[in-house]
Amino acid sequence: MKQILCPMNGLRDIDEFVYGGVVRDMPDTAHCSDEDWSEYLFLMDNTAGLVREWWLHSPSGYWFIAERDTVSDVISATFDPSLFFTWAAAEHTQANSDD
Amino acid sequence: MTDSLDRLSAPAGLLIDRSRTVNFDFEGRRHQGLSGDSLASALYASGERALSRSFKYHRRRGALSMAGQDANTLVSVNGEPNVLADMIPLSEGLSARAQNTWGGLRFDALAVMNLLGGLLPAGFYYRAFYRPRGIWQFWEPVIRAMAGLGVLPNRAPHALSEKRHLHADVVVVGAGPAGISAALTAARHGASVILIDENRRVGGSLTYDNAHLKDPAQRIAELEETLRSEPGITLLVDSVCTGWFADHLLSVISAGSLIKIRARRCILATGSFQQHLVFRNNDLPGVILASAAQRLISLYGIRPGRRAVVATVNDEGLQCALDLQRAGTEVQVVVDLRTVGLADSALQEKLFQAGIRYEAESAINEARAGSRSGELIAVDIRRIIAAGELAAAGEIIYCDLLCMAGGTMPAYQLACQGGARLRYAEESAEFSIENLPLGMYLVGAVRGVRGERVSGEWSGIGLEQDAAHVASLALQSLGLIDEPSVAVSAASAPVNHAWPIFAHGGGKEFVDLDEDLQVADIQGSVDLGYRDVQLVKRFSTVGMGPSQGRHASLPTALLVARATDRLVDETGVTTARPPFAAEKLSVLAGPPRHPVRHTSLHQRHLNMGATMMPAGAWQRPAFYGSPDRRTALIQSEVAQVRTGVGAIDISTLGGLEIRGPDSCELLAHIYANPLRSLAVGRARYVIALNEMGFVIDDGVACRTAENNYYVTATTTGVDRLYREITRWNAQWRLDVDVVNVSSAFSAVNVAGPASRRVMAALCPDLALDRNDFPFMACVNAPVAGIAARIVRVGFVGELGFEIHIPSSRGAELWDSVFKAGRDHGIVPFGVEAQRLLRLEKGHVIVGQDTDGATHPDEVGLSWAAKPERGFFVGGRSVAMHRAKGIGRKLVGFRLKPGAGQIAEGDLVMSGGDIVGHVTSCGAPLAGGDTIGLAYTADTQAMAGDLLRLRALDGTLLTATIADTPFYDHAGERQEV
Repeated sequence: MKQILCPMNGLRDIDEFVYGGVVRDMPDTAHCSDEDWSEYLFLMDNTAGLVREWWLHSPSGYWFIAERDTVSDVISATFDPSLFFTWAAAEHTQANSDD
Repeated sequence: MTDSLDRLSAPAGLLIDRSRTVNFDFEGRRHQGLSGDSLASALYASGERALSRSFKYHRRRGALSMAGQDANTLVSVNGEPNVLADMIPLSEGLSARAQNTWGGLRFDALAVMNLLGGLLPAGFYYRAFYRPRGIWQFWEPVIRAMAGLGVLPNRAPHALSEKRHLHADVVVVGAGPAGISAALTAARHGASVILIDENRRVGGSLTYDNAHLKDPAQRIAELEETLRSEPGITLLVDSVCTGWFADHLLSVISAGSLIKIRARRCILATGSFQQHLVFRNNDLPGVILASAAQRLISLYGIRPGRRAVVATVNDEGLQCALDLQRAGTEVQVVVDLRTVGLADSALQEKLFQAGIRYEAESAINEARAGSRSGELIAVDIRRIIAAGELAAAGEIIYCDLLCMAGGTMPAYQLACQGGARLRYAEESAEFSIENLPLGMYLVGAVRGVRGERVSGEWSGIGLEQDAAHVASLALQSLGLIDEPSVAVSAASAPVNHAWPIFAHGGGKEFVDLDEDLQVADIQGSVDLGYRDVQLVKRFSTVGMGPSQGRHASLPTALLVARATDRLVDETGVTTARPPFAAEKLSVLAGPPRHPVRHTSLHQRHLNMGATMMPAGAWQRPAFYGSPDRRTALIQSEVAQVRTGVGAIDISTLGGLEIRGPDSCELLAHIYANPLRSLAVGRARYVIALNEMGFVIDDGVACRTAENNYYVTATTTGVDRLYREITRWNAQWRLDVDVVNVSSAFSAVNVAGPASRRVMAALCPDLALDRNDFPFMACVNAPVAGIAARIVRVGFVGELGFEIHIPSSRGAELWDSVFKAGRDHGIVPFGVEAQRLLRLEKGHVIVGQDTDGATHPDEVGLSWAAKPERGFFVGGRSVAMHRAKGIGRKLVGFRLKPGAGQIAEGDLVMSGGDIVGHVTSCGAPLAGGDTIGLAYTADTQAMAGDLLRLRALDGTLLTATIADTPFYDHAGERQEV
């Protein structure tokens, strides 16, 4: 059974984790074309090589990012998502109101 | 059967205790062995060499390896099938039978199959029985009865075996000289070590190939003492490592139970398998591996035969001949496939001194069986004139034992399970292992390091140092040492022959003894077009037997390479997968566990006579009372809620607690509904979409404080929703804390026109009238003295109060509710009544009335999803769907009593086409209409239109589309 080094919980068996898909940039929903949006939803790159993926340590509810080689299945590094994301970066595309 | 053979004196007989005899029977005849014998060794000592009949041709078979590495020794012991006779220790009263015989081992009626062999080439099932259609169904049971292995007992005992988990810095598989050296090196540098060996005693080849030791028994005892006194080493003997799994998780079968060992580093010292030679009748009882003969002598003190021939491709055969001679077996000749001058000169000198004839460049043309015994009586030896070709005439030599040293194959299986690859070197005719997974190391023979001979005697020089060096590399990677020890040169003399295969016009030169496959079967598979070794395996079944290619993979690789005119390196061997050794299902299986979740009120429901039903992993009351009155009971519960008051356990509802300054910001992006305007003390129905814009969950969001929300979610959807929310926020980085509190809270919904009076009794200090506590308000207040969160919602369409309290107080609340409600005729109601009540209201149940692709507009929830307000999850897709228009719509329908029976899942038809299905239906009133919800492709369908339904039995029914809600259309009753 594979093991993953969770940035918060340390090395744990993979059956404690849930895969959350490849980390991808969401297009600006307010301005992107329907084609761009459809591509984002349905067309995955299916990269053979190093990818960044979402993983959840299920018992602790902690999401993090792993760099995994999809060919060798070696996870080379895991990170807390704060290294990649900030609310400030997301805000301009994700603003909303009640109306 | 040969004469009984006397036991040799010590030091031969490492495992046996000559002072204690053990009685047992085999095939109904009584025998006596010694304590420490295996079943196979005790039988061998009694002159019984044949143990079973072969898979296809029902040929007599005896032990090949004496080490549990072949299927020939599978017997039935005390009714248990497929026990390895050469591994099971003898015990008093043991009763064993041969397998795969009709009428007994000696006079197997199916031995006639041996004569029909020419009619049964590999893959004959596929070719002979595929036409006419159905013929296989006739023949399969016949063939299965004739072939196959043991017979399963009909009344197998129910066995449970425990599982153990162990952890170690370094696991060493194989306790031969190399494994021991690696384990000691690792332990002495501070690593925790587990050393595993499948045999009862450690020492590996030292336990049987030990002519160089003065006192082998003492040497083995010393090794065991050294290992046991090393505090860092856990020694597991009599334990088989059957599989390697990712990141060094090893499955080990030990004493009938499974141990899962997690290693940080894995050192394989699995050794190599001595190979058989391929020639006619190489499977006769009496034809054994050279190492098997050495094991008989050294482990069990048995003289393996009276007159022996040794056939070899390397010096192991020469050593075996010397060991045999010393044990009192007269060695007639050593037949060496190698050309003159390649044998170790010192060993050859010893043979000469012992008076043993030696023939180089010679091989066995065939072995011959006695007509009555069916066992070996002679061999025909001939000169090799070209690779695989023998001279036209040879010499017949009478013997009762033929020992084969056909080269070696590294025990590659565990390494290859880990992703390693085998490479074949044409010069040395050997496979080696490369591309090991990170953290796996090889030592000893599996690495091709075997220890040198010095003056003809085996010595561990080079081998042990090399193993220590490899172990130091593992230690360095663990940070336990700074520098690895110096590498030593560990070159080993070649042990393999390029072509140890001698096809014979008469066949029966077995490549795979398990599956009864001959040279022609492999060749024939290639001729039929199966060029790839993987396809040859699947067509011919080579290597699929219990010995998993330990002896078949090397000759198969050679034969396929030659037949396809490729290099062996190009053909390779078939993929190695766990398990490497047979595992009983009872060892793998866990106890039968079907976890269910009970709410804190479970016992109360049972006490009230509830009929329970599953809801996800939960158990919930379907209705209260006996199942034979199901419909009447449900309708009665419905009526009570409509006219009086009822209480339902809704503890299974999901609950999320959202806290922190950005709570509002988070929810406004997660849920489709606008939530910024939700005031403190108010609640709102909310739906969650996925990015595709499809409905994945719904619930009620309660703003309990400025920066604090309590949001309910569906019973089965909450875990997924919680994951989605936390994943979104892992990106958005909002200052908010989301907790899944589903299990922390129990909840009861008190509903019905009389519910306010029940609540008044429960919360005397709380203002409950419609102005103080209006519809869709929420408040924190004690209920019957228990701190509670009360929400006025109307899922069932009546005045109602949801009371959420800590689970620990659930039963207490339930009792208080029923006490307070007694005067108002309160009744409990179950999930079935609740579903009907909400169906009357036209409320959608996410997961029942929606599927994985339900757009909010299809189920009347377009009001909740407004992409115009900006970003929320799924909003962009909702806008696109809306521009395109929806393709189906959920509508309500009515079916008159007597119009027929309809059930959830029945189809909605338009002409001959299926255009939808019924998602919910039922009759809330006895003798009343059946009402329901169904999808239809007619998005313009109006109340009064007809809806054509097809029931499961094909009956066509006509329902009428109706406006929803079916009941209290204006929604006045829930808002009073």
